[in-house]
Amino acid sequence: MSRHTLSVLVEDKPGVLTRVASLFARRAFNINSLAVGPTEVPGMSRMTVVVDADGDLIEQVTKQLNKLVNVIKIVELTSESSVQRDHILVKVRADAATRLQVTQAADLFRASVVDVSTDSVVIEATGHPEKLTALLSVLEPFGIREIVQSGTLAVGRGSRSMSDRALRSA
Amino acid sequence: MSKGSPISPSLMATKSAGASKAPERADRTADAGVEHAAAVSPVLGPNNVVPPTVMTGSQAIVRSLEELGVDDIFGLPGGAILPTYDPLMASRMNHVLVRHEQGAGHAAQGYAMVTGRVGVCIATSGPGATNLVTAIMDAHMDSVPLVAITGQVSSGVIGTDAFQEADIVGITMPITKHSFLVTDPNDIPHVMAEAFHLASTGRPGPVLVDVAKDAQQGQMTFSWPPKIDLPGYRPVVRGHNKQVREAAKLIAAASKPVLYVGGGVVKAHASAELRELAEITGAPVVTTLMARGVFPDSHPQHVGMPGMHGTVSAVTALQQSDLLITLGARFDDRVTGVLKTFAPNAKVIHADIDPAEISKNRTADVPIVGSVKEIIPELTEAVKTQFEVAGKPDLDNWWTFLNNLKETYPLGWTEPEDGLSAPQRVIERIGALTGPEGIYVAGVGQHQMWAAQFIKYERPHAWLNSGGAGTMGYAVPAAMGAKVGEPDRVVWAIDGDGCFQMTNQELATCAINKIPIKVAVINNSSLGMVRQWQTLFYEGRYSNTDLNTGHETVRIPDFVKLGEAYGCASFRCERDEDIDATIQKALEINDRPVVIDFVVSPDSMVWPMVPAGVSNDQIQVARNMTPEWEEED
Repeated sequence: MSRHTLSVLVEDKPGVLTRVASLFARRAFNINSLAVGPTEVPGMSRMTVVVDADGDLIEQVTKQLNKLVNVIKIVELTSESSVQRDHILVKVRADAATRLQVTQAADLFRASVVDVSTDSVVIEATGHPEKLTALLSVLEPFGIREIVQSGTLAVGRGSRSMSDRALRSA
Repeated sequence: MSKGSPISPSLMATKSAGASKAPERADRTADAGVEHAAAVSPVLGPNNVVPPTVMTGSQAIVRSLEELGVDDIFGLPGGAILPTYDPLMASRMNHVLVRHEQGAGHAAQGYAMVTGRVGVCIATSGPGATNLVTAIMDAHMDSVPLVAITGQVSSGVIGTDAFQEADIVGITMPITKHSFLVTDPNDIPHVMAEAFHLASTGRPGPVLVDVAKDAQQGQMTFSWPPKIDLPGYRPVVRGHNKQVREAAKLIAAASKPVLYVGGGVVKAHASAELRELAEITGAPVVTTLMARGVFPDSHPQHVGMPGMHGTVSAVTALQQSDLLITLGARFDDRVTGVLKTFAPNAKVIHADIDPAEISKNRTADVPIVGSVKEIIPELTEAVKTQFEVAGKPDLDNWWTFLNNLKETYPLGWTEPEDGLSAPQRVIERIGALTGPEGIYVAGVGQHQMWAAQFIKYERPHAWLNSGGAGTMGYAVPAAMGAKVGEPDRVVWAIDGDGCFQMTNQELATCAINKIPIKVAVINNSSLGMVRQWQTLFYEGRYSNTDLNTGHETVRIPDFVKLGEAYGCASFRCERDEDIDATIQKALEINDRPVVIDFVVSPDSMVWPMVPAGVSNDQIQVARNMTPEWEEED
């Protein structure tokens, strides 16, 4: 099994997220993460779907996704050809004694403290999933209270735009 | 653009008194004062230009259907679709009032299968819509162009568990090609046009249009043709030239090629093209359950139906082949048996309009995405060219082998030991006495397999059944729809006693609307296919398969009385010597439906059979009898 990142350009219509998600479920494909948001083109959204699957299976996923009428275009983004980022918010136990150590650890990862209370801090970090895993392992000894993590966002490197090409071929 | 008629002429026309078909079909195209839009339009129908006209959403639904060229609709009204049934009363379209919404769905399927046009069914919200689910799923599995229109509760109360509310868009999402929820009446024309476009193009399939009641009641401005805006829908029709040439090279190099032909060739209306390709290549042809008739059974190159109950010659042709020329087929498990042992030495050419079918189950060596209607003629030309260069391969050994199998293992049956008629004989006689111009619609089970085996099909669109879904109860309503679509043909529903009890309420629809189908109930007093498996694999423990409808039982229900209660001519046939006369009697009746209770043996089994979970090499021609393979490796 290997990890694949699919960028899926979809029409911004009601139910499109359900259509994509339920397709994964009923074809027994496992979604690792999913992020959806608007794009530079009105009426179009972009989903970044990370799946664990073998090569044949990923081809079948892509073909099945392409059959959805609201799906306009699908591109697989490799880690070399794209920038991939996750976003994380971590609530860590930190009292007067440990607060400095915690914030220093955050600094090392260019993460920032966005909320402070007497016995905890909330740290916000952005980065490649591997970097965030490393951050979490450093924070772990202090006591992690809560983790909220976004799905991976990915964009191809270079000047070309996925929606440009999709609209031209449409 | 101003010359179009200001209001719908059909809304003013009174419906003809007869309950049968609307009289004129093509009149709309000839309407004076109506302009036609561009010739190539994704909008179905004649593309009459209708200038902006204010009407209700309901009138817009009906007018859209008319503009799309719809003639016949199957449905049943209820609260949330009531507004639409009002203008429907005044339409030129023929609405057939069914007795259960599932019947409307299957009828629309049968109609679509024989005419090649989009079948249309209508139901109300909630249970009305959920009763369509089985038919929608059936259409999805067998790629039938179907548009299902359902009423929905008013948009203001959607999501509140209102009376008769069901999220039918959500429920049917995995079993539709696409679906729409309409809450703004102005969306109706383009949604309807898009629904018909999606249902009928590419790989056909069911499309659901769910319309909120307030969208039906609200005012809107109707104009035609609407703009179809589906940026994510671009089916590929033309095959890739290079792939076609590669395929031709493989064909020229093959010594054991087989044309593995599926329902896609029927859907594409490509039987003439197929015949030319077959005759140029000289390769044997197998027609799957969904493709029976697309290549004539009488043609010497036809070696039969493949699959679990296929002929020895067809199953073995695929197993021993070195090249499968796959056209509009999908390597269904009922054809392949255990996939990894299927046709182990064959290279695969796979032509299909749905790219997701290619290499889904069996990896294709030469994939060709496109319509077989376009691909087959191009392949024929490429093969001709290739044969000129490389010479035509010698298939004599291959044909000697296959012809030997055809002669040694023809389809047949053993006479039952209980003195009752063989069901196979009944079905064979129905086919023989009715002929290839008839339409045969089966339910699901033993009778379906026998109808696929023992009726000789010479033309496409003559054989209808529920292939992928295996829906018991398909036959009667689908036959009804087929008869509406092809009123001049004899339409037989070949049904089982189990299947018949699931949807026979549509006999009322048939009798009242003068849709004279003929129903042959192959009555073995049991759920026969399940019973066969119990005989073979469960030591004859007949758990819950006895239906008590047959010989020496209480006969509940009595199918003759049941048919009579529904206004049908009804007969019972219990002896071999009466079979022909009973069928003849049925063929002479054309003013009402006919029901025949053919009492047959419960012990007859479907052979040949590849038991589930084993390789197709283990095909049995009768119980525990596997053909001898001494001739081949």
